Parts: sequence; structure tokens; C-alpha cells
Amino acid sequence: MSVLDSKTPSGPIKDQWTNHKNNINLVNPANKRLIDIIVVGTGLAGGSAAASLAEMGYKVKAFAFQDSPRRAHSIAAQGGINAAKNYQNDGDSVYRLFYDTVKGGDYRARESNVYRLAEVSASIIDQCVAQGVPFAREYGGLLDNRSFGGVLVSRTFYAKGQTGQQLLLGAYSAMNRQIGKGKIKMYNRHEMLELVVVDGKARGIIARDMVTGKLERHSAHAVVIASGGYGNVFFLSTNAMGSNATAAWRIHKKGAYFANPCYTQIHPTCIPRSGDYQSKLTLMSESLRNDGRIWVPKNMEDVEGIRSGKIKPKDLSVDQRDYYLERRYPAFGNLVPRDVASRAAKERCDAGYGVNKTGEAVFLDFASAIERYGKEKAYVLGMHNPTDAEVKDLGKKVIEDKYGNLFQMYQKITDDNPYETPMMIYPAVHYTMGGIWVDYNLMTTIPGCYAAGEANFSDHGANRLGASALMQGLADGYFVLPYTIGDYLSHEIRTGEISTDLPEFVAAEKEVYDRLNTLINIKGTKSVDHFHKELGKVMWDNVGMSRNAAGLKEAGEKIRKIRDEFWKDVLVPGTMNEFNPELEKAARVADFLELGELFAKDALERNESCGGHFREESVELDGEQKGEAKRDDVNYRYVAAWEWTGDPAQAKLHKEELEFKDIELKQRSYK
Amino acid sequence: MSENMKLTLKVWRQKDAKSQGKLETYQLDKISEHMSFLEMLDVLNEQLINTGEEPVAFDHDCREGICGMCSLYINGEAHGPDRGVTTCQLHMRMFKDGDTIYIEPFRSKAFPVIKDLVVDRGSFDRIQHAGGFVSVNTSGNTIDANTIPIPKEDADNAFDAATCIGCGACVATCKNSSAMLFVSAKVAQFSLLPQGKIEAKDRVLNMVHQMDLEGFGNCTNTGACEVECPKGISLENIAIMNKEYFKASTKA
Amino acid sequence: MCPQSENNILFMKSSIGRKILMALSGFFLMFFLAQHFTINFLSVLSEESFNSVSHFMGTNPLIQYALQPVLLFAVIFHLSMGIYLEIKNKAARGAVKYAMNKPGTNAPWVSRNMVYTGIAILLFLGLHFYDFWIPELVTKYVEGDMTGMHAGSFRYYEELVAKFQDPVRVGIYCLAFIFLALHLLHGFQSSFQSVGFNSNRYTPGLKKFGNFFAIVIPLGFIFIALFHYVSHLN
Repeated sequence: MSVLDSKTPSGPIKDQWTNHKNNINLVNPANKRLIDIIVVGTGLAGGSAAASLAEMGYKVKAFAFQDSPRRAHSIAAQGGINAAKNYQNDGDSVYRLFYDTVKGGDYRARESNVYRLAEVSASIIDQCVAQGVPFAREYGGLLDNRSFGGVLVSRTFYAKGQTGQQLLLGAYSAMNRQIGKGKIKMYNRHEMLELVVVDGKARGIIARDMVTGKLERHSAHAVVIASGGYGNVFFLSTNAMGSNATAAWRIHKKGAYFANPCYTQIHPTCIPRSGDYQSKLTLMSESLRNDGRIWVPKNMEDVEGIRSGKIKPKDLSVDQRDYYLERRYPAFGNLVPRDVASRAAKERCDAGYGVNKTGEAVFLDFASAIERYGKEKAYVLGMHNPTDAEVKDLGKKVIEDKYGNLFQMYQKITDDNPYETPMMIYPAVHYTMGGIWVDYNLMTTIPGCYAAGEANFSDHGANRLGASALMQGLADGYFVLPYTIGDYLSHEIRTGEISTDLPEFVAAEKEVYDRLNTLINIKGTKSVDHFHKELGKVMWDNVGMSRNAAGLKEAGEKIRKIRDEFWKDVLVPGTMNEFNPELEKAARVADFLELGELFAKDALERNESCGGHFREESVELDGEQKGEAKRDDVNYRYVAAWEWTGDPAQAKLHKEELEFKDIELKQRSYK
Repeated sequence: MSENMKLTLKVWRQKDAKSQGKLETYQLDKISEHMSFLEMLDVLNEQLINTGEEPVAFDHDCREGICGMCSLYINGEAHGPDRGVTTCQLHMRMFKDGDTIYIEPFRSKAFPVIKDLVVDRGSFDRIQHAGGFVSVNTSGNTIDANTIPIPKEDADNAFDAATCIGCGACVATCKNSSAMLFVSAKVAQFSLLPQGKIEAKDRVLNMVHQMDLEGFGNCTNTGACEVECPKGISLENIAIMNKEYFKASTKA
Repeated sequence: MCPQSENNILFMKSSIGRKILMALSGFFLMFFLAQHFTINFLSVLSEESFNSVSHFMGTNPLIQYALQPVLLFAVIFHLSMGIYLEIKNKAARGAVKYAMNKPGTNAPWVSRNMVYTGIAILLFLGLHFYDFWIPELVTKYVEGDMTGMHAGSFRYYEELVAKFQDPVRVGIYCLAFIFLALHLLHGFQSSFQSVGFNSNRYTPGLKKFGNFFAIVIPLGFIFIALFHYVSHLN
């Protein structure tokens, strides 16, 4: 097995990034004008990268499958963005953010990358404020912070429950400025379907104009993939309907290694499923766990009473409730990391305590927060003997100010009023920590091909902490990639314009044409969604929150069977040369059907429990931590990077050993 | 509670931008009131695919009311009869068993139909290109974010304006197809923040100029946009933009 | 970014510029209306004061040669721009109309039909000009009679009363003012919005005052017409 070179700079961790920036090659401004860069995806990572690269002088072509860059799914991120600003004077620092992120990721991330992430985090906030991003502020006019799961400081900046939207619109505005100047050429409603590799280097892409169906060749000196994660391999997830792994999977099949596909984050607070027609799951921000208490009834009779509607949740007294997170994890309580909270919910529901008809829901209750805030507010207002109703009204107002849009969203979807009755929540697939393997420069194993944001594997290890995805996407796009890409491009200044008539472009285009043509002409009997749902069910049942060897082996076989059947029996209506959403879906699901199998294979290979990856074979057997996940640092302290060999079952494993020089390896404890 | 609604759908079908379109009628049954409107359309499409017909094309992505991709003029209203929601958040409990539902694309000269219910909202992007930004380059050396305090009220108002999702319901609803609510949301957001004030004059002139070039109509203050806006963007923003525009035009 | 010299031209051609001008001409017309009402109302209270004020207004050079042309211009501008914008706005809607549209669910009727109430007022203005304004101009500037006298006394009150003897005319007059009320119900507060005045603090009060203005002034005009009609019924 080969050893992957992470290209981590030498020296003490706190100087690595500065030294690296001082020593890498630069491209002079005159030459930047002659260099093309393709950016696929316009979310936080892609949008910020495209804007920053164009500002530096590169010629950028950006691609989005949506009708505008502003629609990328980063827009849906709710809670916030972390930064080591220490505005709250609670002892935060770059080191603490670094430490929390590595620990939160269960020691499966690359130290050097995470440290850099923590280091540039503060600049992100400065940059966004300069762009006019309206973060929440305190009455003194300074920025407000909130706290998130898995940490003991308040370092999360936010804009109500729409932080992702505001940050994305900031990046979008920076892009707009460059589009207006002609420095970014924007290709909306275009989907990348293939990477073009010439002489071992990424030289362009084949994209489909989704309006006309025309295949287009685009050349560039470097290609950046910022196409997000692959959570939709589960069919049901909090991802957007269009979120897909195609760009990432295409570069994987052209030589980019895919790292840790089994690291998936199941988010604990989503609105539970209501029926078979369900097309997606909706997240309720983790920030709600600041004020909401999670519980199920202690007694089975009460569970049944609630399910049948005979008992209202608020009728149960505190002693009749099991605040299981507070019970199991007194130190962190309701603010344990996401993986821990999700598994705990599953454990209670598996034991039969689920509170809705499907048995897959727990309560997230704001009654005590409403009371607490109401009393505080009454005191501030000088009301010395407020009635219960007054306290409740005041408290509701405070909660509304903090989470109004989330409560409204919940009510619109479920028709329940969360101010009056506890929310029902259940874990759902939310984020994929795994992704394309990249080195310190964010370059994949294909020279000239980069991966940024959720599409790469680098910073979150086996579990991502809340409010870290936005931080990583913007760090990659604003502050990392624009520097590191120059190191590679400095060797490209003599290349000149790359012709799209090269045989490699012709061949890649033909490959795409044949693939789509095949899909159209199968003319089978079942819709694309049928196969996607089947795949999702296998993934959720066998490769979900809790995994074991037998289930994973079975998953591999089942997925292979679904894939075979898909290629024989899928029905794609319409033609290639028109706006054809079914064809788009078919091409994406075809890729998910391969990725899913690699996912299961990776999960099987990693016989340890770490972060979001929980293997039933690897748990603590005794002591205080009995039943908790058990990491195996002796055998699995590495990144599993998979090389495509023509069949996901035969993917070749490459290991990048992880070194921890600045953090002591410990079993995580949130007790 | 109904799990078994029967519905008649009148759906706009149009092959492509150049073709003529027309309303087609479809029957659906077994629609649950817990479904979202788009899940109901998923059921229709599954039914169409299985009977060898072409599914209805419609824009959608996040399905949680934030990306602004979904549109649809449902029973004579943008995003349908509910308030404060996008089409993807509209639930079938707003309808009754036996209802006939008209489903049409967002219409405006500046939003040409691409196919069926999908329209081209590129005009919105082009307005943003004209000035919807603060001219600041990426740099690790901008001033510290807390250097300029911003009154909470201004920050909150700027945020409220900035929550526009660019869906185009305002244009689709407005009897004049005016885009002023959309444009004013951006103009107002920046006019309330110190970072945006520096370029306020050019921004409003250029964005309004581009808005006019795109062929949107004039605002006559009917207020329909504000009512139909899924994010509750206030008409106050249009007043702010009018004022900003007047200032910009009269200032040397 | 556009050079400054072009700004003024752009302002006149821009959607917002035009809407601000609609509002400004509207303000002027509303001011005129209030003034016109006050004078007419004098006819109910005192024939003498009505005559003397009318004579002042009809002969004062500042009013005749400065304000009157401005008024005329404002009327023509407000009407022609209103109609022009309506045509443009219709075009912006695009060729295909909604098969099902429920505009009443999100905007009041008055705000959506300004052009129709406006045209109704225009038609009335034709009659009004024919009745009063053109004869005035002919008397004063064609025949050169600036005395304002007829058969030994001021003619204004008599002319006014005479016009309100025909029940058909009174009916048309009343109807026209109902249209004016509808026009003002939207127009008053809309003008403030157009010039950029909208604040949580003042707008609710302003809207109330606007509704008051929009109802009371036309109602007053109707009252005057009916008063003269009824009091001369023999």
C-alpha cells in the first residue's frame, strides 16, 4: 500500500501555514490573466473561491446546476459559523478551536489542516462583515455569539437561523461583482459530468447545458470541485433535492482518491418522517439544543398514551420524563456532539420509547426555557409578581426573537405549535465528513484538480461539530485555495490556452454522451426515484447510525443488485437534447449506486467506532463509559483513501497515517 | 385528517421556450394532507412516468423554503394560498378533497418560460451584477469585525431585508410585474450598514437602471408583493430605495 | 458607473424617477384639490366671500400666469404619465395571462385600478372644463372682460348655482367624486411611499389621515353640489 503525501509543511504547527504561504510559488499579476480556472459548485466554498480567484486576476469559469449561484445548498445552513475571536472573554483561542475540532472529529482529522482552519477562522468573520453580512448584534452594536454542541465556549456567530443564507449571499455578492466585471463567467443550469485529464493533469470538464441538453467542453489550467457532500446517497436527508455526488464521483473515477466515505453525520434534530411520499427531511438547527431539553417518557404506558393521543406531553410531570441526554452526559447534557445525541435518540427509540406513530421521534421541549426567559424578562421589566401567563408570554417572545423562523418552519410542516407543545425530532442524514482526499494544498491525487468544502474530506475527521461546516467552506474558498492553487499554477504560465479539440476532450465528451444515451435508451419499467429509494433504504437500514459487519456485507451485495437492475430497468422519459430533470436524476443516481457500495465497503473495513461511524463490534464493555463508542487508535488511526479500479467492490485502499503531535489522543468523554 | 384526497390539477405544459403552452388536466387520488405541495407533484410525476407520459418540469431544490428555487402560481397566488411560505413549504392540508388546483409558472415578460413550470429568472442575477455588492476584496487584513459597532436596530433591519430569497413571487404577483421589492431588499440592506453606505449612490442608480433594462414594470404601491412574499420583505424597503434613488439622482 | 451628467436624464426615464414625479404631481393636485374645496365650500357659507375669493383667484396674475399653467401641466403630466406607465406595465406582464388569478387576495381594488378611476376623473374633467374653465378663459382672455361682473354684480356664485340645477349634471358630478375618492384612497398614502416616506412611527397615522382626506374632500364636493341643487329646488 502506498503512502499518501499530505504535503504538510514541517515546523511547529502554529507556524506551518505562515511559513507555507511565505514559501510557495506565486503567479505574477500579468500571468494570472492568462490562466483559466474552473470552479464547479457555487456554495460557500465554490462561491468564495471563484470570487477570490477572480479578484486576484485569474479567469474563472463557475458552474452551478441551479438557476443561480445563490441557490446552492449552503443557503440552508441555519445555526452559525465558528471563529476563534474570543469576543466573549471565555478563554477561546486558535488552539482551543483547533483542539475542539480535532476532538469533536474523534481524532480522525489531519492536525495541520485543522489548525490552519482555526487560524483563518477569525479572518472569515472580518471578511464577511466587510461584505455587509448582517450578523446578529448586541445592543452595544458589537457582534453576538451563541454556543453549540461539543464545546465549552461561545464562539458561534450567527444571523438568526439563517446564517448559511447570509454567508452565501455574501459570497454570491462577491461573485456578482466579478461577474459584472467579466472576470467570472457564470454557467448557471450547467452540470459537470466529466473531468478531462490531459497528460495526467486536470485540464477541463464536460458540462451539460441543462436547458438545451447540449454537451459542452470547457478547458482550464486547474479545476476546483466544490460540489458539496453525498448525503443524498441515503435518498432521505437534509440535503437539497439536487445535491449530488456526481462531480466528486467523476473525478474519483478519473484518479482522485475518495477518503473515508463512511464518515457521515446523522444530525439529531430533524423533523421526523411522516409518510412514504416523503422527499426530504428538514433540519431544526442544533442551536435549539441551547434552550430545548430532549426527553422521552420514563414509562411505557405514557409512551402509548402519547402515541394514541390520550395523554398530552405537557401533562407528564418532570419525574415521569426521561431527560436521557442530561442523565447520561451530565457535563454536556443536551449539548453533546451530534453523533452522541443521535445515537442516544436511536437507543431510546429502539427500546420502544419513540413518541410518534412511527416510533421514531423524541421530544425537544422549550417549556423550561420559556419559563426561565420569561422570569428574567419580567425581572428586567420590574414586574415583581408576574402571573404564570405573563411569564409565559414574555418567555415566548424571547424564544421567538431567537428562533422565530425555525419555529414557524416547524409549525408549517407539522401543523403543531412548538410554543405550546414540545417539538418532535429524530436524527437524519445531514453532512458527509468523508469526501475527495486532498493534501495540505487541497489538491486531489490528480494534479491540477482541487476539492474544497464538504466535497473534500479534510477537516472534520469522523464527526463535524456544529457551525464548523460554514467555517470550513469559507476558509477553503476565501483563504486557503486562492493561495495554494498558485503554487501549482506557477508552473502553468507557459502552457497557454488549452484547446478543447484535444483528443482527451473528444473522448470525454463521447463517454458522457454514451452514458446518457444508454440511460435514455434502457426504457425500462421503473422510475429513477424507485431505485434511489431502494438504495436509500439499504443505506439507512444497514449503513446508518449503527453498523455491523454482517449488515455491511449485506448492504454491499444489495446495492450491487439494485445497481444491476437500475442499468437494466430504469425508465428515463424524454430525450437528451432538452430540459430533462429525470435524465439529470438518473445520471446522479447511477453515481450514488457506485458510491453507496464503496461507502459500505469503507464502513466494513473500519472495524472501530469513531465519530459518526459506529460499529456495534467496537463498544466499551465496562466502566463508566460502558456501551459508549470505542475508538481503536492502534489499528485505525489513518485516513482510508480509496482508489477507483473499475468496480467499487475492488477499490484499492491507501492509508494516510494520522499523526497527533499537538493533541494527546484520548477517548472522547462528554460525561 | 385526510389521507385520501382526490384532486383535479390544471397544469401549464409547455415543451420549451419557443413552443406554445396550454393547461392540461390531471386527476390524482390518495393524496395525504401531510404531503407538501411538491411531494404531491412528485406523486403526479411518478404517475405520469409510469403511464409513459412526460413528467411535469418544475424548479425546486432545498425543499425547506430557503433556496428560492421553487416558484409556481397556485390557484391564482404566488406560492399558493398560505402566507409566509414558499411552494415547497405549502402543505396539502391547505386544500380540500375534490378541489381543482391551477398550477401555472411565475409569469412576467422578464421571466420567460423554459419548460412547463420552469422560468428563467436570470434577470434577477443581472440586477445583482450591476451593484448588489460591497466592493471589498478577499483579504486576511480587513479591519476587525468589531471595529465599527452597528446599532442593533440597523443590523436587525438590514438582516430582515437580506432574508430575501430571490424567488420572484413579488414579480409574479405584481400586476405590473415590478421587481422593486426584490431590488429594494438589497439596496436597503446595504444602505443600513456602514460598509454599504460608501457605494450607496452608484449602487442604487445602477441596480435600478438594470432593473428597468430587464423589462420589469413600475411600482404602483399596491402592496401585493409584500403580502405574497414568503419571507415577509417589507414595503418599507421600497420606500428606502425610492429615497436613496432620489438622493443619488439629485446629489452632485 | 454612470457619469453624473446622465443622471438627470436617467432620472426622468427611470421607473423610480417617474414614480416620484407621479407622486409629486399628485401632491400638487391634492393640494389644489384642498384649496379648490375650501373656496367652493365658501359658496355654501357666504355668497359674498365666495365671490370675492373667486375674483381674486381668477384675476391675480401670480395665480393666473404662474400657478394655473403649473396646474395644467401637472394635470396633463399626471394623466399622460399614468396612462403611459399603465401601458408599459401591462406589457411587462408578458403576453400570456394567468388562467387563474386572484389579485383581490393580496391588494385592495382601489390600488389595482388607479388608471380606471383616473380615466373616469379625466372624463369628468372634460365636462368640468367645458362647464367652467373654458368659459372663464373665453370671458377673460378672448373677450377681455376681467371685471368678473355680470349684470351689476359678481357672476361667480350665480354661474356656480346655475350649473347645479341640472339633475343629470349633479348626478355625473357626484359620481365623478366617488371615483376621485377611490383614486385618493390609494393615491394619498401611495404618494408618500413613492417619495420614500415610510416609517413605522408615522405611516399608520398618515394612512388614517389619507383615508380621511380621500373621503371627506370628495364628500364635501358632493355636498356642495347637492346643497345648491336642493336649495334651489322650487
